Amino acid sequence: MTSQNRPLSPHLQVYRPQLTSILSILHRLTGVALAAGTLLLVYWLVSVAAGAEAYESARALIGSILGRLLLFGWSIALFYHLCNGIRHLFWDVGLGYELPVAYRTGWAVMIATVVLTLLSWIIGYAVMGGL
Amino acid sequence: MGMRSPLRRALGLGSAKEGTGQWWAERMSALALVPLTVWFVASLVAMAGADYYALRDWMGSPVVAALLILLVFVTFYHGALALQVIIEDYVHYRPAKFAGLIAVKAAAVLLALTGVLSVLLVLFTA
Repeated sequence: MTSQNRPLSPHLQVYRPQLTSILSILHRLTGVALAAGTLLLVYWLVSVAAGAEAYESARALIGSILGRLLLFGWSIALFYHLCNGIRHLFWDVGLGYELPVAYRTGWAVMIATVVLTLLSWIIGYAVMGGL
Repeated sequence: MGMRSPLRRALGLGSAKEGTGQWWAERMSALALVPLTVWFVASLVAMAGADYYALRDWMGSPVVAALLILLVFVTFYHGALALQVIIEDYVHYRPAKFAGLIAVKAAAVLLALTGVLSVLLVLFTA
């Protein structure tokens, strides 16, 4: 019996996207983005160790328009993955599975992500004087 | 429960008996990363606008260096475990899968080592 042509149960393309499913795949996507972002983290650490000149070129790269955009996107991904990760840890101990709760914590994660991201950049720029 | 044959169950060969190990390690590293990440981001925000020597002084203090090393180590540990699961979920062509798994592990080890050595270098030349 061939297993190639068996009918499949309804799959991604026929499901209507829901908040819960979107947040779920976003957790993976932000995780992958953060994994790529670790390259920047290591580059930054190496530049500090390598001396003032190396650090200045790292700072110029990160401080460029593209660098700032990447850093901004990375900070959103980091805060999202952090907040939603805590949501996942609660699920892992068996809490918060009820649908209304899952939706409420989902919205809370999105709001917290926006607030934390904006707060970090506003404090970083307005109070501490920028990159 | 009912999915395994009596012989299979009697032989005790049903699983490798360590299926939850990686899952658990991913959660424990996630838990450790919560305070480490909050500390790191708060520090970066607080260091915004600081010059090179202030940054180096900060990184060269033993407590900060220890926390940074922990952050780097746990980040790459968590990331490598998670990327492994993602590859196993989506890549089913075996040569590509194994190449990907090996590449993720190798990259994680090399990058973590580079990061840790950089922090140590700053610490010991502070």
